[in-house]
Amino acid sequence: MINSIITYLKQPVKAAPLAVFRVLFGCLMCFGTIRFMSGNWVETYYIEPIFHFKYYGLTFIKSLGQYTYILYGITLLSSIGIALGYRYRLSCLLFFLSFTYCELIDKTYYLNHYYFVSIIGFLLIFLPANCYFSIDAKRQSKLAFNKIPRYNIFVIQLMLTIVYVYAGLAKINSEWLLRAMPLQIWLPSRDYLPLIGDFFRHEWVHYAMSWFGMLYDLSIPFLLFYKRTRVLAFVLVVVFHVLTRVLFPIGIFPYVMIFSTLIFFNSHLHQGLIHKLQKLFNSKYTIKEKTLSWVPNIKNRIIVGVFIVFFSFQILFPFRYLLYPDELFWTEEGYRFSWRVMLMEKGGYVQFKIVDPATKKWFYVDHTAYLTDYQEKQMRMQADFILEFAHFLETTYKEKGIKNPEVYVESYIALNGRLSQQYIDPNINLTKVKDSWKHKDWILPFNDTIYGF
Amino acid sequence: MKWSKLCLPLIGILIIALAWSCSDDSSDTDTNTDEFNRQAMLTNWADNIIVPSYTTFGIDVNALKAATDNFEAAPTEANFSTLRAAWQDAYISWQNVSMFNIGPAETVFFRSFINTYPTNTSSIDTNIETGNYNLQDINLNDAQGFPALDYLLFGLENTDNSILEKYTTDANSSAYITYLVDLVDRIKALTDSVILEWQTGYRDTFVNNDGSSSNSSTNSLVNDWMEYYERIFRNGKIGFPAGVFSGGNIEADKVEAFYKKDLSKTLCLEALDALQGFFNGDAINGLGNGESLEDYLNFLNTMKEGDDLSTLINTQFNASRDAITTLNDNFYQQIITDNNAMLNAFEILQANVVLLKSDMFSALSIAVEFNSGDGD
Repeated sequence: MINSIITYLKQPVKAAPLAVFRVLFGCLMCFGTIRFMSGNWVETYYIEPIFHFKYYGLTFIKSLGQYTYILYGITLLSSIGIALGYRYRLSCLLFFLSFTYCELIDKTYYLNHYYFVSIIGFLLIFLPANCYFSIDAKRQSKLAFNKIPRYNIFVIQLMLTIVYVYAGLAKINSEWLLRAMPLQIWLPSRDYLPLIGDFFRHEWVHYAMSWFGMLYDLSIPFLLFYKRTRVLAFVLVVVFHVLTRVLFPIGIFPYVMIFSTLIFFNSHLHQGLIHKLQKLFNSKYTIKEKTLSWVPNIKNRIIVGVFIVFFSFQILFPFRYLLYPDELFWTEEGYRFSWRVMLMEKGGYVQFKIVDPATKKWFYVDHTAYLTDYQEKQMRMQADFILEFAHFLETTYKEKGIKNPEVYVESYIALNGRLSQQYIDPNINLTKVKDSWKHKDWILPFNDTIYGF
Repeated sequence: MKWSKLCLPLIGILIIALAWSCSDDSSDTDTNTDEFNRQAMLTNWADNIIVPSYTTFGIDVNALKAATDNFEAAPTEANFSTLRAAWQDAYISWQNVSMFNIGPAETVFFRSFINTYPTNTSSIDTNIETGNYNLQDINLNDAQGFPALDYLLFGLENTDNSILEKYTTDANSSAYITYLVDLVDRIKALTDSVILEWQTGYRDTFVNNDGSSSNSSTNSLVNDWMEYYERIFRNGKIGFPAGVFSGGNIEADKVEAFYKKDLSKTLCLEALDALQGFFNGDAINGLGNGESLEDYLNFLNTMKEGDDLSTLINTQFNASRDAITTLNDNFYQQIITDNNAMLNAFEILQANVVLLKSDMFSALSIAVEFNSGDGD
C-alpha cells in the first residue's frame, strides 16, 4: 500500500500543468496586488488605523506605516517573478514572506482566501515550478525538465482537496441545511440582479443552493481527480465561483479557484495553453526531453518532512474547535484557518464602559476615535478582538490619568436571524482577563443548539 | 488538445460573465406582487417623507428670514419675540430633516453648518467685532446655524431687555444685526440649495438606485440614519451632556438649545418622532403610511418565521418617548439636579441600538459597509 503510494508520487509526469499553474497564480497575484494598491487599501487598512488587532502570539508583527508600501512592492515584483519563472525560489520566498507579513499585521482583514494564497506561496517554494516554460529554465539548462515527479502536482491538488472538503464539512450543520441560513438572509437582498434575481425570492431556492453548495464542496475534488467527470466538474467550478462572485463581494478569489483547479487536467490542455502563449509572444523556445527524478538526498528528504508536517497540520488544525465547549459559531473559538466560508450572518453591537474604581465614576468609550469602521465591525462579533481592545483601552486610560481603570463591555450578537443575545458577560472586568488558547469562559452561553460539524 | 478546445471558450464565458456582474448598476425592477419592492420604499421615503419634510423646513426657514428682515428694519420688542418664535419653529422643524444626510445635504455639509453645538461664542463674538468672516468656511461651522442664533437671541445677556439692547442701543448694534442677518441668510441659502437639488433630479437618482449593494440608496440612507441615531440623536442630545462619554463628568452646557434651555426636550422628542416615523414610513403630511423599514422587516420575517423585530423596535421607540417625556423640559436643569434620569433615558435609547444596528441590519442584510474590502 505505502509502496504503491510512493511509486505513484514518484512517477514522472509532464511538468506543464505545474508551469501553467505557476504562470496563472503569479499573474493573478500581480493583478490582485495592483487592485489592492489602487483601491488605496494599503492606506486604509495598514496606515490610517492607529490600533491593530494582533493574532495571538504574533504581537511583534507591526504595521510598517508608510513602509508597508515597500512590502506590497515586494509582493508585486515577486509575483511577476513567479509568473515569469525568474529567480523563482527567491521570488516565491519573498512573495510568501511579504504577503503573509501583511496579512498578519491585523487580524481584522483575515480572509480564508488570503490564507489560501499564503499557503500556495509557501508550497511553491518547495516545488520546481520553474523547470518548464520559465526564464530560469531558459537561462540555466540544468534547471530545465519536462517531466517531474508526480508529487509536485499532487501537493497542490491535495491542498485544493482539503480546502473544498473542509469547506463542505463545515456546511454539514443544522443552520446551513435545515434552516438554509445564512443564504436565506443574503439571497433575498440580491433580488435586483438581472436574470437570476427573481429566484432569490423563493425559499426553496435558498434550500436548494445550501444543499448544492454542500454537495459541491464535498464532491468537487474527487470529480476533478476522476478523468471521466473532470470536464463536468470544471464546468461546475466555473458556474459555482461565477455565482459567488456575482452574489458576494469576494474579490479575486473566484479566479484563483477556477484557475487553480486547472491543475487537475492532464498535460495536453496545459501544453496547448503554453503553445498558444508561445505563439502569442513569438517564442521559439523548445524544451529538451529531460526527467527530474526523485533522489533521496538531504534536500529532498527535508522537503518530504516539510510536506508531512504541513499537511498533518492542515488536516488536524481545523478540528481544534472540538476542544472547546459551547457553539463554534457563537464563540468563534477555532473558527479561523479552517475553511469555514460564508457560514454565518452576524449582526452585532458593542459598547465599552470604563469605570474608575477610585471615584466610582463611569463612562462609555467612543470607539470611532480609535477604530476604523471595518475594525469595529470585526470586533463586534469576535471575543478575542473585544478583549484585545479592552486591554488597549486600559493602557490608553491609564495614560490619561485613571490609575486602575476597569473595562466592561456590553455586547450583543444576532446570529443567523436570531434576535440579538448578550455576548460577553457585562460584569467581567476585562482588564483582569488574559487571552490564551483556553476557552473564554467570560463569553455568555449561546442558549441554542446547532447540530453538525 | 480536446481539453483546451473546451476550456478556452469556458474561460472566455467566465470572464465575460464576471465583467458583466462587476458592473452592478441594474436599475430595472420587475414588479412581482409577492416581493418587497425596495423602490416603492424609496419612493415613499422621498415623496412622502424626505421632500415634504424639507419643504416644511423651507417654509419655516422662510418665516425665520421674514422675521429677521422685519427685525432688521424695526428692532422692536414685538419683532424680537416674533423672530425668537420663528427661530424656535424652524429649529423644531429642523429635527425632521437632520437625519437625511444623503445626497445634496451630504455634499454641502448641511447638518454641520446648521446644527453644530455647543456653539463657539468666542468665535461669534470675534466675528461680530471684526466683521471679518466667511460663513462658508468649514471651520466656522460652530459659529453659525441654529445654535449660534440661540446664543444671539437668548444668550448675549442675562435679561431679554439687555439682549434686545445689543441690537438697538449698543455701540456695535449694527454689527450684531448684520451677523444675525448673515446667519439666517446662510441657513436659507443652504436650505434652498438642498431643496432645489431634491426637486431637480436627486429625487429620481435616489429612487432609481434601488439595488442593495453597498452604495444603493437603501444601504446608504439606512447607514446614515443609524449613524444619526447613535451619534447625533442619542449622544448629541443626551449622552454627551449627561457625561456618558466624558469620564462621568457631566457637561450640561453641551445640551441642544443651551441658551433657550427649556427647548431641549421639545427638540429631542421631535427628533424621536421623526426617527420613528421614518422607520414606520409615516407620511409627513398625514397621508397615511407607506412602504418602510418596518414593512421590509415584516416581509422578511414572514419568510424566516423569526421574532417580530419591527414590533420590538417600535416598543423600544415608545419606551424611549416615555423616558424622555418624564425629563425636565430643560435638559440643562435635569442634568444638574438629577442626571440619573438622563442616564436612564440614554440606556433606553441604547437598547434600541442593539435592535436596529445588530438585528435590523442583519435581517435586512445591510452590511455596515465601507466602500472597500472583500468578503470571504
